[in-house]
Amino acid sequence: MAEVSLHNVSKKFGKTQAVVDVDLTVPDGAFVVLLGPTGAGKTTTLRLIAGLEKPDTGDIHIGGASVNGLTPAQRDVAMVFQQYSLYPHLTVRDNLAFPLRSPILKTPEDEIARKVQDVAEVLHIPHKLDNKATELSGGEMQRVSIGRALVRDPSIYLMDEPLSSLDAKLRADLRVELKRIHAELNATLLYVTHDQIEAMTMASHVGVLDEGRLVQFGSPREIYENPKTAYVAARLGQPRINLLPVGVLEAPAPAGATTMGLRPENIRQGDGHDATVTRVEHLGDQTRLHLKLGSHDVITLTDPHSSLNPGETVQIAAQNPIFFDTDGNRVA
Amino acid sequence: MAEIVIKNVRKEFGDFTAVKESSFTIEDGEFFMLLGPSGCGKTTTLRMIAGLELPTSGEIYLDGEEIAQRAPSERDIAFVFQMFALYPHMNVYNNLAYPLKSQGMPRAQIRAKIDEVAGILGITDILKKPVGGLSGGDRQRVALGRAIVREPKAFMMDEPLGALDAEFREHMAEELRALHDRMGATTVYVTHDQLEAMQMGDKIVVMNNAVVEQFGTPQEIYDKPATMFVADFIGSPSMNFLDFSGTIANGDTAVDLNGHPMGMPELREGASGDLAFGVRPEHVHLTDDGTYRGEVLATEYLGTTQIVTLQTPNGEVKARIASDQTAKTGETVGLSFNPGTITLFDKSSGRALKSALNEGVLHG
Repeated sequence: MAEVSLHNVSKKFGKTQAVVDVDLTVPDGAFVVLLGPTGAGKTTTLRLIAGLEKPDTGDIHIGGASVNGLTPAQRDVAMVFQQYSLYPHLTVRDNLAFPLRSPILKTPEDEIARKVQDVAEVLHIPHKLDNKATELSGGEMQRVSIGRALVRDPSIYLMDEPLSSLDAKLRADLRVELKRIHAELNATLLYVTHDQIEAMTMASHVGVLDEGRLVQFGSPREIYENPKTAYVAARLGQPRINLLPVGVLEAPAPAGATTMGLRPENIRQGDGHDATVTRVEHLGDQTRLHLKLGSHDVITLTDPHSSLNPGETVQIAAQNPIFFDTDGNRVA
Repeated sequence: MAEIVIKNVRKEFGDFTAVKESSFTIEDGEFFMLLGPSGCGKTTTLRMIAGLELPTSGEIYLDGEEIAQRAPSERDIAFVFQMFALYPHMNVYNNLAYPLKSQGMPRAQIRAKIDEVAGILGITDILKKPVGGLSGGDRQRVALGRAIVREPKAFMMDEPLGALDAEFREHMAEELRALHDRMGATTVYVTHDQLEAMQMGDKIVVMNNAVVEQFGTPQEIYDKPATMFVADFIGSPSMNFLDFSGTIANGDTAVDLNGHPMGMPELREGASGDLAFGVRPEHVHLTDDGTYRGEVLATEYLGTTQIVTLQTPNGEVKARIASDQTAKTGETVGLSFNPGTITLFDKSSGRALKSALNEGVLHG
């Protein structure tokens, strides 16, 4: 495994700036998750590292050496896509062995057998090795396609939303499994997703992308507790952080602050300003209160068995707010 | 608007039974969710209400009138599909006008109707645009508009947000629900996403293998699941099942888990054999000194809370605890469970045992 770094990398498609001046280091052995909505530049960044796209400007290093002139095969990266692309006529064993049999790797058959067995065990599918790919469930197929990357010993694993086509249960299981695999193999992993839960639960480092720019890079906890911009603050946390004009709720604001960011769990009920309940969502473990505070929408959490109804009034006050200026940058 | 009553409805496709005798009532003005994994029969049920499939047996009442065998056009129900089915060569206005023109509505009336609906949906300024260049959200709004202009008695929606990415889906879910609150139209909505169902629905029907497993409000289904399937399908992470076997009697208020007595709501029936002690992750507490112990296998950070996976003598357990509480992989900690929230299940039937907690909800 190896460290991968991007230096001032930019990429345009026609008039669209897909990636803008990105500086990013994926440390050896790290699990880095790039998070952002559709169109933020996540997949392009991955494809630039893989060599499937060429940067307009900037440098990409793998293991300390520039790879700008190298083909995807020479870069020695392993990629996992959202859609499992297995050979339907081959068994799981042959699907897993396929990358090792490529003319570039030329792996001896006994080593292939050993590696396939190892990976099957890591993925908990050794009993499926002789099944045809088409006889597997969706979750098993995605495990096999992850396995096809794992049989190799590349410099980095690149994963493009590998769990997004699976149902919620499987996604949750595979999240835990991917994290375990990462720890067991001591692998370097770069993973892109628009799912904040995946980013928070799996990553050693999260990179938040906004319209092609890397706006913050740090541990999930750093990003959640100390967002540098309002945009970053809104990426993590469910329900989303409330962004209100300064002055709507009392709280000492620093100079230059125009927006107050208030996480739903940081709204105290029982004193302060009157707000009207517009909707109550019972999600089981938590209940979300949608409120109108003057003309502003506010979301907070309340007791799961709250008997509040739309139209009723509650008092709310701010607790531990954070502040942003007109450009959305954090002010302390 | 309309009340919809489903009575003993069954649907067979050849040898395959898609929906077994199902009964439930959708009240006037409700936002009603049909929830379940793929292949459970939820879409078939929706299509039977709309008239796109005819039930093999059973009755469907729309506003008191039996309509099970009528053609879709005679039901006055609008259907919104997952893929926005718009006419690509027409502009937004003409897409909205089409269903009204085909009803023979006079032009002036069409214009007034579309102005009103465009106002509700916030698409007044794009009426002249071709649908080809619209964003996903606007296309979705136009598709909804086409259903709304007809003023049907009820809306049927088949995973209308399924194709959208997470953030946008959340936004559209809020918008749809707000629209429903303004219009008050009876809406039946199919989804496989339990969070979407909990978030948007007034009531939920949970289906599995062609059978209605449970029917109730979101909180009721969450707190008092009728079956292990429901307990597992609803909630993220889902309910924990601690396996044990033995005999328990009507009136018991505790069970023995690996030599440790665990409190629970008073039972209203007895059972014996393989049983499961069901507890939601937020009702599992970690303590230093508890005698019932487990090893921490993994932790997942989620902001204010974290999910801790533990190995216990009765199987794996997930706990949702505050993220400032420390839990280290490999450590052994004590576990306690909030006794008032426990549901016991008979593992052979998958059914919840009746107790002081759920006796008002369980039937039969």
